[in-house]
Amino acid sequence: MASGGVEGSAELRIDGAAKRFGEVAALDGVSLQVARGELLTILGPSGSGKTTLLKVVAGFEKPDAGSVKIDGVEITALPPARRDIGMVFQNYALFPHLTVERNVAFPLEMRNVTKAEIARRVAEALALVELAGYEQRLPRQLSGGQQQRVALARAIVFNPRLLLLDEPFGALDRKLRETMQLEVRRLQRRLGLTTIFITHDQEEALVLSDRIAVMNKGTIQQIATTTEIYERPANDFVADFVGESNIFHGTMSGTGVVTLEGGRQLRVSTSAVPGKRVGVLMRPERFASGGINAFAGEVVESVYLGTSFKLRLACEDGLELLVRQPARGELPAPGARATFGIDPDAIHVF
Amino acid sequence: MSRRLLVLACALIYLFLMLPLLVVFPISLSSAPYMQFPPPGFSWQWYERYLDDPQWIDATWRSLYIGVSTAILALALGVPLAFSLVRAKFLGRAFVERLALAPIIVPTIILSVAIYGIFAKLKLIGAWYGLVLAHTVLALPFVVLVMVAGLRDFDRALEQAAEGLGAGRWQTLRRITLPLLRPSLVSAGLLAFISSFDEVVVALFLAGANMTLPKKMFDNILMEIDPTIAAVSVIQILLVSVVLVLIGRFGRGLSGSAR
Repeated sequence: MASGGVEGSAELRIDGAAKRFGEVAALDGVSLQVARGELLTILGPSGSGKTTLLKVVAGFEKPDAGSVKIDGVEITALPPARRDIGMVFQNYALFPHLTVERNVAFPLEMRNVTKAEIARRVAEALALVELAGYEQRLPRQLSGGQQQRVALARAIVFNPRLLLLDEPFGALDRKLRETMQLEVRRLQRRLGLTTIFITHDQEEALVLSDRIAVMNKGTIQQIATTTEIYERPANDFVADFVGESNIFHGTMSGTGVVTLEGGRQLRVSTSAVPGKRVGVLMRPERFASGGINAFAGEVVESVYLGTSFKLRLACEDGLELLVRQPARGELPAPGARATFGIDPDAIHVF
Repeated sequence: MSRRLLVLACALIYLFLMLPLLVVFPISLSSAPYMQFPPPGFSWQWYERYLDDPQWIDATWRSLYIGVSTAILALALGVPLAFSLVRAKFLGRAFVERLALAPIIVPTIILSVAIYGIFAKLKLIGAWYGLVLAHTVLALPFVVLVMVAGLRDFDRALEQAAEGLGAGRWQTLRRITLPLLRPSLVSAGLLAFISSFDEVVVALFLAGANMTLPKKMFDNILMEIDPTIAAVSVIQILLVSVVLVLIGRFGRGLSGSAR
């Protein structure tokens, strides 16, 4: 297993998956592909359908329409037990009556692997998650982080074709969460495991993913690389959900000029044709003091965040801006006047 | 002040519950040939009389195996029933649940008369397995109550995890679900056993010449009242106490969390 699991790992393809619960469309025609060895994050608020999508992939829910294929083979109707998918549940779902060793051995026992082979692979998996020596403990005798590692070892010990992670870090404190995120990422890369990771935490999604699929109301809003999602979101929802943002709407009033609702004109670099209704995204950290596209106004709120100042600026024409500046010098007090500018290249038009 | 009242009330209730035991234990060890309290002296004679009387020993064994059989049968019926009540959606589910608990509500004597009528036709009066059938009806509510409580608390993500890891339905049931429900199963089985082992009303109607321990005790009180009955009581109390300790140690309460 440690020696390159890439050959066991597969690509996943979902086509037009739909699932209704009564009146609610939990999945409304979702299609996506995950390449061999890729880590795709499905990011969305609760109720966006991400958990339903995961259950469809794992086989715990049957979609009303659409198909799920692993390496081109349809598995839509296959029971979970025959899908060869490793899964880490939200609360780990470790078997409380079995020791760490027996928990990790479970998927191998179900596959009638020989005793000697089980012992070897369990030891290998536990070493991989740095839990050698904990074989005889029961889950309740472990810390949250350790339980998480056991769940991870159990999910990868049988060389699954796909790894599913369902908000696995939710129960951990911040520091441990960051450690585990990096660890999971390292392990996933090393094993070359095709992985789907579910979360509602956009920061976590940015740290971990090759690509992110942002979901809302049962549909995929955008599926792209992390930088693409952050720098060039496809719509309001994505722009707002991922990262801090200033979003405005307006009309292209000339080549490279947007007139915002309210009349203010912005210089932008886009190929959008004049007359087109557009959204404008300005990330708070992209502002500089002065320059093109100047926003002058009064600081109404200021917060010191260690590495940066976070300011809320009320402009004369009624616009409100969220601005982040590197923390240097005095924190501007509320009531102070300030001017910030933003480069046309730093404005995303969608 | 109010705390003292509470202590006093508790003490009185405790005394009320314990007094019969405080009387029965000394009398069972009495040297007098008749019921007398306090006993004039100490002797093991009533225990010896119990052990030397094949009727008493027969009745004890019969009660034991009827109790064990009842527990097994009640589990065999009650566990699947509890599963379907908690996990399946079907028309009349609430009705079936109440029906399963009905034997607690219907007076035992009414139940006994009804069962007597049927069993007389089926020639089941006096048969030990007939009594097992009747006791199973009485024990079923305990099994269903305990198992339903256990199943409602059960984290089904564990079963999903098992299936996702490659276990089929039966493997999941055998390797994950039943082992995790063991405390509930132990409680349910032992409660079913006690409900049969202690039961006298149905036994009076159905046991015929084949005495169970409670029925033999009842007859004994009617015929010749002597301290043997106290000795038998003590033995029965100790037996049931052992079972209750087992429930406390390995079982799961109706309300409490799993151990």
